Amino acid sequence: MQVQLELYASLMAYLPAQAERHKALLDVADGATAHALLDQVGVPRDKAHLVLRNGVFLGTEERDATPLQPGDVIAVWPPVAGG
Amino acid sequence: MAWTRKILRVDLNAGTCTAEALNMAWANDYLGQRGLATKYLAEEIDPKCDPLGPDNKLIMTTGPLTGTMASTGGRYSVVTKSPLTGLVACSNSGGFIGAEMKNAGWDMIIFEGKAPEPVYLYVENDRAELRSAADLWGKSVWEADEILHKKHQDPQLRIACVGRSAEAGCLYSAVVNDLHRAAGRSGVGTVMASKNLKAVAVRGTKGVGNIADPQAFMAAVNAGKQVLADNAVTGQGLPTYGTQVLMNVINGMGAMPTRNMREVQFEGAEKISGEAMHEPRAGDGKPNLTTNAGCFGCTIACGRISTVDKGHFSVNNKPEYWGNSGGLEYEAAWALGSDTGVDDLDAITYVNFLCNEDGIDPISFGATVAAAMELFEAGAITTEDTGGIDLGFNRADVLVKLAELTAIGEGFGKDLGMGSKRLCDKYGRPELSMTVKSQEFPAYDPRGIQGMGLAYATSNRGACHLRGYTVASEVLGIPVKTDPLVTEGKAELVKAFQDATAAVDSAGLCAFTTFAWSMEDIAPQVDAACDGDWSVDRMLEVGERIWNLERDFNMRAGMTADEDTLPRRLLKDAANVGPAKGRVNDLDQMLPEYYALRGWSPDGQITAETRARFGI
Repeated sequence: MQVQLELYASLMAYLPAQAERHKALLDVADGATAHALLDQVGVPRDKAHLVLRNGVFLGTEERDATPLQPGDVIAVWPPVAGG
Repeated sequence: MAWTRKILRVDLNAGTCTAEALNMAWANDYLGQRGLATKYLAEEIDPKCDPLGPDNKLIMTTGPLTGTMASTGGRYSVVTKSPLTGLVACSNSGGFIGAEMKNAGWDMIIFEGKAPEPVYLYVENDRAELRSAADLWGKSVWEADEILHKKHQDPQLRIACVGRSAEAGCLYSAVVNDLHRAAGRSGVGTVMASKNLKAVAVRGTKGVGNIADPQAFMAAVNAGKQVLADNAVTGQGLPTYGTQVLMNVINGMGAMPTRNMREVQFEGAEKISGEAMHEPRAGDGKPNLTTNAGCFGCTIACGRISTVDKGHFSVNNKPEYWGNSGGLEYEAAWALGSDTGVDDLDAITYVNFLCNEDGIDPISFGATVAAAMELFEAGAITTEDTGGIDLGFNRADVLVKLAELTAIGEGFGKDLGMGSKRLCDKYGRPELSMTVKSQEFPAYDPRGIQGMGLAYATSNRGACHLRGYTVASEVLGIPVKTDPLVTEGKAELVKAFQDATAAVDSAGLCAFTTFAWSMEDIAPQVDAACDGDWSVDRMLEVGERIWNLERDFNMRAGMTADEDTLPRRLLKDAANVGPAKGRVNDLDQMLPEYYALRGWSPDGQITAETRARFGI
């Protein structure tokens, strides 16, 4: 199945070559989790501070336990903040 | 000590400058800066006074840690009664002038009355005098700054100044210091201009050495700096990407107020984001961002220094804007960008330069332009009102033109200077104003971040993110992650953020330290610097006392608890996309619990018991 991975800020260095700006469409195995997706492109798990699945925060446990669905958008940031 | 125990009182009517002792009983109850200056204001003016009349006072104030070696200890605030909201205003700024005031030996400067002719205050350590500003009036902040530096032949002179927008009566004018830092919100610059006070120029060489326990202070400060350096947000994230890194985060979670808060996601967010500021431009191959920058004593350095492409339509015949200047923060980028539908990074950067140059709050300006664009779309404003300008969302050229007019208070810029509330009232569509207590919203849609709805509704200076930044918890997971779409627990969260922030502000520190520091890191620094015991509990008690004092001032100014609310759009019109699709802000589920936690009556009044507890 295919999902969209979005990497931001310093994590952009891990985007695959076919990425457009922040986004890349990737094939993943059925039942893959967010952590499996990050492993696939080499993003260290401890650098993935903020992970949104279709805009909704995924906690650390969910990143291992929640299977992705076709068309999911997974957006990932390192530790960031603003105001 | 840490306080210099000395304040400067400037009588603008008489033209006199007088030193007097700081009220230490009040300092013990309100610490400094925001809290202590609000106490002075509440004691010295009638809260019902005309904010632009001579009976209002304007206070420039530092905290006990301002000017010390504490990281970020360079903050100062401008406290007065706001002409935008009619409530207490406290606008906080970094840069260097706060530390310079402290180094000159002053905790606070209180301006009262109105000068018969334009003046500026010159301070050199103990010496303070009012001088003619006849040659400065009518000049921009940047022009006045250059004139003053040349006149005094001192490159280290620190200057806070109002621009032409304030002189023209724009109700959300800022006091700009060090060229591009600003006490930005609530129209504090408008009050300063109303007193015929153009600038404050300060040189201080006395040092800030009056620390209660120097050894303990050095140990606490060094420990705090290590925490900031080791934290990934304050050590890496903020210096590299600044606040603007939030653009894609907030947009991704569907909480990006767009086109006057009609929508919650902006299709152009990526093009005006912190990441985009690093990308080479199509025009000249250079990135928007030149470097980061830090304020006095800061070991985070989140500030942005940027350029506009020389070939961009906004500046291609204006070489004075080709150099580096203070660049985009998230709030400015959102208000000037997403809220107006403009995705042109160069145009937004140029307009932000104009806001610095002439002292305009970019949040209120952008949000007022957004309201004007919706009024135009609805037919409530026509080209007859705008001087022929065809307003419309997504128009960079219109945004630029409107900024140039508002900066000098001409044409339709005069209308825009009234702010969103008065503009929408004037043109018969008050429901289109996205404001709380007449102040425009910042960059977080409360339909997608429920706690922020309560924070906005109860903020003591109208819609504001910096009075209770629950985004830290609801979005960023600091100190713990909470679900942005639930209301349970948010009353307690909002109160905790409001009280802690009041204490941090009053110490003279930057709120951004709290992405890494808890009060356990801050209290030891205050405790070592100041007389007496400053525990975590005492800091939080002071914060809560300040919050109640501000509330009390506002109630005495005529505010009612009915104003603890949000615009109908955010309470009735559901978000159209994203995780919050179908949601409004459920303020009514949070507000009663919040009042109870505050020790207020169910109708929002401060009870006698709470007054007694805090000595108000």
